[in-house]
Amino acid sequence: MPALLEVQNLKTHYRLGGWLSRRRILRAVDGVDLTLKSQQTLAVVGESGSGKTTLGRTILRLLEPTEGRIVLDGQDISRLSQPRLRPLRRRMQIVFQHPYASLNPRKRVGQIVAQPLRIHQVPGDHRRQVAELLERVGLPASAADHYPHEFSGGQRQRIAIARALALRPDLIVLDEITSGLDATVKLRVLALLRELQADFRLAYLFISHDLSVVRSLSDRVAVMYLGRIVEEAPTEMLFERPLHPYTQVLKASIPEPANRGSWNPPVLVGDAPSPVNIPPGCRFHPRCPLAQAVCREAEPELRELAPGRRVACHLAEAPPVLARDDVSA
Amino acid sequence: MLLQVKDLTVRYGEHVAVWDAGFTLGEGEVLGLVGESGAGKSTVGRALLRLVPEPGRIVSGAITFKGRDLLPLSEAELRALRGAEIALIPQDPLAALNPAFRIGLQATDALALHRGLSRREGQGVMARLLARMGIPDPEDALRRYPHELSGGMRQRVLIAIAFSCGPSLLIADEPTTSLDVTTQAQILRLLAGLRSETGVATCFITHDLGIVAHLTHRVAILYAGCLVEQAPTETILAAPRHPYTRALVRSLPLDGLMPALRESPRACPFSHRCPERMAICDTAHPPVKTVGAGHQVACHLY
Repeated sequence: MPALLEVQNLKTHYRLGGWLSRRRILRAVDGVDLTLKSQQTLAVVGESGSGKTTLGRTILRLLEPTEGRIVLDGQDISRLSQPRLRPLRRRMQIVFQHPYASLNPRKRVGQIVAQPLRIHQVPGDHRRQVAELLERVGLPASAADHYPHEFSGGQRQRIAIARALALRPDLIVLDEITSGLDATVKLRVLALLRELQADFRLAYLFISHDLSVVRSLSDRVAVMYLGRIVEEAPTEMLFERPLHPYTQVLKASIPEPANRGSWNPPVLVGDAPSPVNIPPGCRFHPRCPLAQAVCREAEPELRELAPGRRVACHLAEAPPVLARDDVSA
Repeated sequence: MLLQVKDLTVRYGEHVAVWDAGFTLGEGEVLGLVGESGAGKSTVGRALLRLVPEPGRIVSGAITFKGRDLLPLSEAELRALRGAEIALIPQDPLAALNPAFRIGLQATDALALHRGLSRREGQGVMARLLARMGIPDPEDALRRYPHELSGGMRQRVLIAIAFSCGPSLLIADEPTTSLDVTTQAQILRLLAGLRSETGVATCFITHDLGIVAHLTHRVAILYAGCLVEQAPTETILAAPRHPYTRALVRSLPLDGLMPALRESPRACPFSHRCPERMAICDTAHPPVKTVGAGHQVACHLY
């Protein structure tokens, strides 16, 4: 299957400071390569400050890339002007994290879902299309006459998904869409996304801080740390045998009910450094429990270790097992 | 018994936040209070401190702490308990700290009030506590303003404040919800270590069954303000009885929404989402039944 989206060496940098303070560069996204095939899901997982949200928005050209290429279905869109970008926006949509902030409280749901149809002058009866979209996401057609505040968090997220579907896109960026939802509601939304993916032939770029949420929906997972992908692999492979020390820590940090009595989360030293001040060498080395001399000197490339499996770690060929402390919860 | 809560009902105007809840907490025991947002778990936590925010009101029940009913106590008597005997770790450490004051000033309030320590003495005690919390340079942290610390560091400061006067009851209200997963793991580890060192009894409010599995001895499940099931943690995880608990434990998606209670429930609050709904579920609120050792469930199936 051909790649729907290809991102090469993508960078999104911000200049901070002015004429009184020192100029500094915040490197939010700092050299990302990724490929997303049509009708597949790639999860991008990282903690706060990893650059995952900036990456999603830069790919959609909601933020300007500093460097690199974004290729959508064979066409480089990274330098296209906004007017030339506009017809392509039909093909790539986004659902935001906060369904409270992303839906205009003064518009009825029907107007909100129909807005992309109006902007792109889609022919046909918009009222009927909106009713169909709402029913597709599990809401009654009558929801169109109500305001966003009349709905729960999970229902609002469904409204946002209906709006993203309106133009029949090929790609939807899902930015932390399940955070803030309760467990049972979260599972309903994930199940809905799976159904819609098959019916609408969608590719998802699923951005999340929560490794456990992405497992059921993703074909592949990319783990980000300080603006770069440190590991990428097919989902089950990444969960069964994470190779990068950061991925290992991330996975072991999730308290699983099944491991009652035997959970020993590894301890990471300190907090993640600021993207203004990225450490030299491997950017994870100051916190890495396995760091060696080479890690302080050279930044590891994201190398393909096996087909479809990429790791950016000097030690990945002979993956050392992370030592655990014997302190138990 | 350190804490005994009986028939607790809390209302916010017309809205019933907690309905007729009862549970106990022994010395050194950790109870997980589990529920989705709006289920009433934070309200229970606040009620234990008599800090239900306006217009909330505890309308009935009894909260007996060390043999003393907290509900008739005066504000002055409550102030002597809060932060000393009963401490709180709040959900959002940034909101809990005053942005205008250095950590060293606000972190020593409890020590000044309850132990009569001067600021200087308090800072000495606090520096040792912060070091125990894993803060690398405690003296420096005490000189900082809250916004200069990371989320994990701020939560460590609040944990240090909570432990500073040696409480016998700790209320931890989703203390890791706003943190990254690796930071959460470190904070949970810290809390587990502090609990075994101090033996403090804890009400741990959370929506995360993983946290429940690793930190608690017993679990109480809240749904729409009602306590639907409580049991030892192993029992809840291995053999949940209430259909709602089963959905949580087995990660089953549920349709529909949790209702908001407006009056005394006349039906099971879970009935319209329940896969095992019977006719009686819509006409009578299920009474609490004991179904095993320390295992109570409010469901017509039993």
